[in-house]
Amino acid sequence: MADQPLVLGIETSCDETGVGIVRGHTLLANTIASSVEQHARFGGVVPEVASRAHLEAMTPAVERALAEAGVGFGDIDAIAVTAGPGLAGALLVGVAAAKAYSLGLGVPLYGVNHLAAHVAVDQLEHGPLPKPCVALLVSGGHSSLLLVPDVARDVISLGSTVDDAAGEAFDKVARVLGLPFPGGPHIDREARDGSGTAVAFPRGKYDDGTLDFSFSGLKTAVARWVEARRAAGESIHVPDVAASFQEAVVDVLTRKAIAACRRYDVRDLLIGGGVAANSRLRALARERCQAAGIRLRVPRPGLCTDNGAMVAALGADLVSGGAAPSALTIPADSSLPITTVHV
Amino acid sequence: MLVLAFDTATPAVTAAIYDGARVLAESTTIDARRHGELLVPAVQAVLREAGATPRELTAIVAGTGPGPYTGLRVGLATAQALAAAAQVPAYGVCTLDALAHAADMSRPFIAATDARRKEVFWARYAADGTREAGPFVDRPHDLPAELPVIGAGGLMYAEVIGPHRVQSAPEHPWAGALAAITVARIAEGAELDPPLPIYLRRPDAQEPGAPKRVTA
Repeated sequence: MADQPLVLGIETSCDETGVGIVRGHTLLANTIASSVEQHARFGGVVPEVASRAHLEAMTPAVERALAEAGVGFGDIDAIAVTAGPGLAGALLVGVAAAKAYSLGLGVPLYGVNHLAAHVAVDQLEHGPLPKPCVALLVSGGHSSLLLVPDVARDVISLGSTVDDAAGEAFDKVARVLGLPFPGGPHIDREARDGSGTAVAFPRGKYDDGTLDFSFSGLKTAVARWVEARRAAGESIHVPDVAASFQEAVVDVLTRKAIAACRRYDVRDLLIGGGVAANSRLRALARERCQAAGIRLRVPRPGLCTDNGAMVAALGADLVSGGAAPSALTIPADSSLPITTVHV
Repeated sequence: MLVLAFDTATPAVTAAIYDGARVLAESTTIDARRHGELLVPAVQAVLREAGATPRELTAIVAGTGPGPYTGLRVGLATAQALAAAAQVPAYGVCTLDALAHAADMSRPFIAATDARRKEVFWARYAADGTREAGPFVDRPHDLPAELPVIGAGGLMYAEVIGPHRVQSAPEHPWAGALAAITVARIAEGAELDPPLPIYLRRPDAQEPGAPKRVTA
């Protein structure tokens, strides 16, 4: 166990300042300082507000993570940090701090891909990843299907959203329904009292043969439906609208995820990202995977949303795999492609 | 005594090691868009040139701005994290003070830097370089009349301010001055500021109204 690397991971790509510490695939600490409450009244993440919050939270979060893990700075073997993709100004706070920790401690730096880290994190809960696996990553910023032969070396994009991310659609529909930001948990809660078949909302790119997604038309369809009912003076049963919208999203997500597994003859599907906390997505994925003979892995919600442990987990894989450390000159890259697992 | 100083609140990415009497190593690059890429390598280079390790430092001092926020935060995040890792104290000094420190003036003056959006960050100084008012953010034509202006904020708005008032040097702050100010303040027993940003503006964000209609 002691020969496994002790890695500190830093994540600041959006509104969560995450610091995680792992030893190999053993999770020792996962500290998160979120600025979500500061964004709520704006109905979405405000980049400058997020960046300011990251600077305030950064070093205290590292201290808390060290205390939680019961280790000191001197025990750390490597620093890993999200180098992209994400909000440029937000990423830069984490990257600057990570470089300084690397220089100050005299340990190597690994700049990693945020999406690959969302895949790697599952190893902290369910052990080594099958090679290959298919990963469905769904959050407020991303909706991607990935083929993952080896998370530390080789990740291939199979498809992604052509417009809104799935989580973004949840936020926008929540606003239409008068539910607070972030919309995901509120829609999930409302939907439990509604019927997913009450309204037949459109499923974008359902039968187009690609592994891409589109949620912009669905969001507009919900808004139109609600406006028409309100204009006619009819009352709206929010749980039914929430459930029907949610059903349309998770139907497409799971359908295409299964299709990706079939197309590439892969028997293991992993779901990650903040939307993976959605109870209906988890339930429908379980059902469809079982029917298709596919093994499903979904990390617990605390590891699905953005966090530092996922960055540390991928960092540990890179260290163990003998990957070259990143230079102290690396930039924060807001549009880092998924094919670049580490910079 | 060994002080590491750096500033990223202007297009200059400047770092220096100061031993209390002289600057042992320094590095300055002018590039408004690559603070994050340039700073830590510059710090590593000056440490190496001075033959020092982070843990041997007496203090780390970073410019606290005001300055464009993304670059500014690179310096402050670096100062806070490096200080934590090396277990040395970190302080902050107003970037305009560093600019003023390097000015050779015989009368009161203004130090100004680019605040973007057609505004400048500025402060007013006594002839000896002591800050008397500020920092503020304003349009260049709202700067107090008559006083001479140093810094890039004067140079870029010379036509508005009056070319006769604008001094050509110094244009950007220099890390050596940040270190010297810090050492002087420590010697005076003055209280030092923490390495926290001076923003002067609130984030741009508007609270949304009702959702936009999608039907006519």
